[in-house]
Amino acid sequence: MSRLKRIALNQHGVQPLGGGHALCQGCGAPSIVRTVLSSIDTPVIVVNATGCLEVATSRYPITAWNVPWIHTAFENTAAVASGVEAAYKALKRRGTLPGGDKEVTIVAFGGDGGTYDIGIQALSGALERGHRFLYVCYDNGAYMNTGIQRSGATPYGADTTTSPVGSVSLGKMQQRKDLTAIAAAHHVPFVGQSSGARWQDLSSKVERAVAMDGPAFLNVMSDCPLGWGHEPRVGLDVMRAAQDSLFWPLFEIVNGEYKLSYRPRKVIPVTDFLKMQRRFAHLFKPGGEAMLEAIQQQVEADWSRLLKLCGEPVKELPVVKPAEETEEAEAVGAVA
Amino acid sequence: MAVKTQEGAQLLTGGEAVAYAMAQIDPDVFPVYPITPQTPIIQTFAKLVANGKATTEIVNVESEHSAMSATIGSALAGARSMTATSSQGLALMAEMVYIAAGMRTPIVMAVGNRALSAPLNIHCDHSDSMMIRDSGVIQLFAESVQEAYDLMVMATRIAEHPDVMLPVLVCQDGFTLTHSEEPLVLTPDEVVKDFAGEYKVPLPLLDVEEVTTKGIFALQDYYTELRYQMNAAMEAAETVIADVFDEYSPLVDRPFGLLEEYELEGAEKVVFLMGSTAGTIKDVVDALRSEGQKVGLLRLISYRPFPAEAIRGALASAQEVIVLDRSDAPGAVPSLHAEMAAALYGSNVKLRAHVFGLGGRELVPDEARAIFAGEAPTHVALRS
Repeated sequence: MSRLKRIALNQHGVQPLGGGHALCQGCGAPSIVRTVLSSIDTPVIVVNATGCLEVATSRYPITAWNVPWIHTAFENTAAVASGVEAAYKALKRRGTLPGGDKEVTIVAFGGDGGTYDIGIQALSGALERGHRFLYVCYDNGAYMNTGIQRSGATPYGADTTTSPVGSVSLGKMQQRKDLTAIAAAHHVPFVGQSSGARWQDLSSKVERAVAMDGPAFLNVMSDCPLGWGHEPRVGLDVMRAAQDSLFWPLFEIVNGEYKLSYRPRKVIPVTDFLKMQRRFAHLFKPGGEAMLEAIQQQVEADWSRLLKLCGEPVKELPVVKPAEETEEAEAVGAVA
Repeated sequence: MAVKTQEGAQLLTGGEAVAYAMAQIDPDVFPVYPITPQTPIIQTFAKLVANGKATTEIVNVESEHSAMSATIGSALAGARSMTATSSQGLALMAEMVYIAAGMRTPIVMAVGNRALSAPLNIHCDHSDSMMIRDSGVIQLFAESVQEAYDLMVMATRIAEHPDVMLPVLVCQDGFTLTHSEEPLVLTPDEVVKDFAGEYKVPLPLLDVEEVTTKGIFALQDYYTELRYQMNAAMEAAETVIADVFDEYSPLVDRPFGLLEEYELEGAEKVVFLMGSTAGTIKDVVDALRSEGQKVGLLRLISYRPFPAEAIRGALASAQEVIVLDRSDAPGAVPSLHAEMAAALYGSNVKLRAHVFGLGGRELVPDEARAIFAGEAPTHVALRS
């Protein structure tokens, strides 16, 4: 059976995350969740951090979840998953698992706020202790649930409600945190970076991740039409542009070995990715040139470093032509 | 040291005693983070597990916040789960203590009570427990090592009762009990095991056939009702605690109650407090009684639920009650004082209150005499 058919039919006979949720049109999170959970052969248990995914799927008295699911708070999802995994181990050892001795896969979901920032301690602890679970960060680069506040994952130069653009400000003035590298520094069996627009990549990484006897971490780019400022219908295009511009490369680290997952046939300038989103629109006005240049340089430097880590030849990058006008951005769906 | 199952007392610290109770119950999961003075509990328990006396899955987490988070996760997954903490640890996990109660998680936590910072202090008072007084957890306070042990043995039955389903905290005074050896009698292993029984939680997460959504989001339309149910569970707990005490008492031939009445017969002045200081007060009551003074002690074991009606009944013939709070409440009155005032509202019993024992300061017999005599300052033993 093809991978797509398998995901569409899914492993569990029911859609793990069903209809009736209240996530925005075009949000990357639900398709990421469905791709992840439907790529796992065993029954799954989901642990969810506070955030968009959680509030939009669990409003009492209804639920959008057709698999066992637990939420407790914002910063502790990896710790709750640790407890669920410890319970599984204890009951399996004692032969008292409800419904008999069967394999399950524990999957934690958190947004970038709940993972990069407030949840990083619990994540680090759980990775260090070696619990067997998969942590998936759906990274849309800001606290979207509370109204687009900047997080440690917000890209340099992005306009958010707490790094607003103003007469003396060009948005967020700090670089984003490299959480994938931080996770990798725990020397866990599997760390990967994927994208909500690359379901095949995501699905195959999930298969490899959950086969590991230990913790696995996946950092998955998710678009947010509201926070990024694009039409819902172009979400996949924006995320694909993040890969083709090298802004968000896809790779995995299996037992310490880096492997590049995707090398664009044609590298596009990072401005092609940025101009699709209102959060970067100010950079295309007079005064934003230096920042655009800095972002391009950073992306290239990060890519070269990644290629070296992956043992890939570092080729000369194509000459980048900065975008000439912002009208083009609107044509592909940036919200004015 | 092996767990003795035969009769006869042995010397153990309060920390060791609750660890022995835990080993006898042998919970499935114990996520925990070290903090003074809780450490004797977790070290003793770890050693018992290392020697095969219990087969619990210990999860050495990276903070108390994660300790309580993991305990909630494992308990709702379907595993009997316990943890232990003190002071700053309880403060750090306070968010999750509220959530444990709100999610109706039947966990048991051993607490070695210790003052909250600042200034930093490692010794006993009850300010840590008071910080989470309205969280919806049951809090039982021991006077002695024996009582800490017995409460720990009984705690799972209270927490896991279908009418309750709330966390139970077994509180003992830091250092005064956690680190001090007292003679106690351990209940035989098989009696404890039988008494604790099997852990059952409705719709465990690990049951992948009966799918459940736990930790829901409830707004104006349902939040009040769900919180009201938690209130009802706490009210039901008062009966459940009494029933569990009554069931355990004949097994060990020791009495248990939500309150202890000491020399209340004809007592005109009654001290009201919680914890190990009751020992000192009992000595002073004995001395004053022998001098002909009509004094007594009413000791509170069940701080939450607060047995207001029983307290009012116990004080029916008293003329004055003297509340001793081992915590302060800047800008207001401390918890026991406030609870007692509410319990006595409309009665003729006079109410006096003192704060004592902050940060481990001892309350000595002479000060207890001054308290009964009405000669002690509001903050007992305050230096000028």
